[in-house]
Amino acid sequence: MVLRTILLVGLLAAVTAGVHADDRSDAQAQVDFGIAVAQKGLWREAIYRWERASMIDSRYAAAWNNLGIGYEHEGEFDTARDAYEKALDLEPNNLMIQQNYDLFREINDRVQSNR
Amino acid sequence: MTECKAIASVGLLVLMSACTNFHEIPVDTPLTPKLDVSGFQRILVAGFVAGGTDDVDANLETARLLRSQLRTNSSLDVIAAEVIELKAIAEEQADFVTPRDAESTAPEGATSNTPDDAEQDGEGDSEELSEEDLEAYEHIFSDASYWQQLGEEYQNPLIVTGTIHFAPYERSGMVSREREVYDSLGRRRVVPVRTYQERRGFVLSPTFIFIDGRTGATLYTARHREEILYDASRNTPALSSYFELMDRLLPSFLGTLSAETIRGTRVLLR
Repeated sequence: MVLRTILLVGLLAAVTAGVHADDRSDAQAQVDFGIAVAQKGLWREAIYRWERASMIDSRYAAAWNNLGIGYEHEGEFDTARDAYEKALDLEPNNLMIQQNYDLFREINDRVQSNR
Repeated sequence: MTECKAIASVGLLVLMSACTNFHEIPVDTPLTPKLDVSGFQRILVAGFVAGGTDDVDANLETARLLRSQLRTNSSLDVIAAEVIELKAIAEEQADFVTPRDAESTAPEGATSNTPDDAEQDGEGDSEELSEEDLEAYEHIFSDASYWQQLGEEYQNPLIVTGTIHFAPYERSGMVSREREVYDSLGRRRVVPVRTYQERRGFVLSPTFIFIDGRTGATLYTARHREEILYDASRNTPALSSYFELMDRLLPSFLGTLSAETIRGTRVLLR
């Protein structure tokens, strides 16, 4: 009985991990596509891809970081801030996200002081 | 040897895979203009109440500079008109009280002063106006009927006006500078040395006021202050300092009317 329970739990864990891995790889495909189109200057399409990635896997910090950059590029400062902060919540020690966020805040502060 | 090679190749592999996880990308962040100018097709840089040194005609130079900048950096048609001597116009207004009079107002009450009175007192245009003195002229900016009338004359443009104070400035004190020293072996070293230095320069304090030519109402006011200091032995012409200081605040002035973009780089992650 105990053995059965252990097996069941193990099976469940493996399935869940598989689902998570699938989510992450789907999200990563969206993120990659977003990067490719952003590099060609198609920022709206890139944002759409990163939004999808963050919906598929809401714990994917890279997707949120890229979204922050995309929104910033479009001048949507409030949503950019939310996206960067979400990315930093997920990966507080990621120096690249922190650097992007610091640069964003510098510009955002200037915008706020202009208003 | 082979162990070293293996470690190096693994390190390279890790580095390469790490490198592909991020992409630097240039980002042009747009900054919206501080003022919505969509309702205007034309802009009139009317003139400024100027104070400070007489070495530079700050009214004329500022109007000229802003007009030329607006021609290249804004979508609005820049009206080519005579630069208005706003100081004289403000002085002609009935309720004008000269700064000197305002300071020494008799207890019986304030008296209005005309330009003729000023001439009789031996005080007039030849005297340099301080920043505080300029405040006495600011009433003209709230005279909506004057600006509305001016607006009608030029088909309701956006009007740029304000005050400019440009004056010499001195500041002495300890400054840090680097000095070369050579030790007993003839080796060169650079060491920071604090020395007392007399410095002279200029301070520029403009206030730009944007007025709706249709209604005469003030839409936006921006105050700035920039200063520049040189070694006291250096003789820098006032006009070149004026342009140097104006250069610093032009982006902010232009950002009031037209969208700016800030170019930078960000890191996209995988």
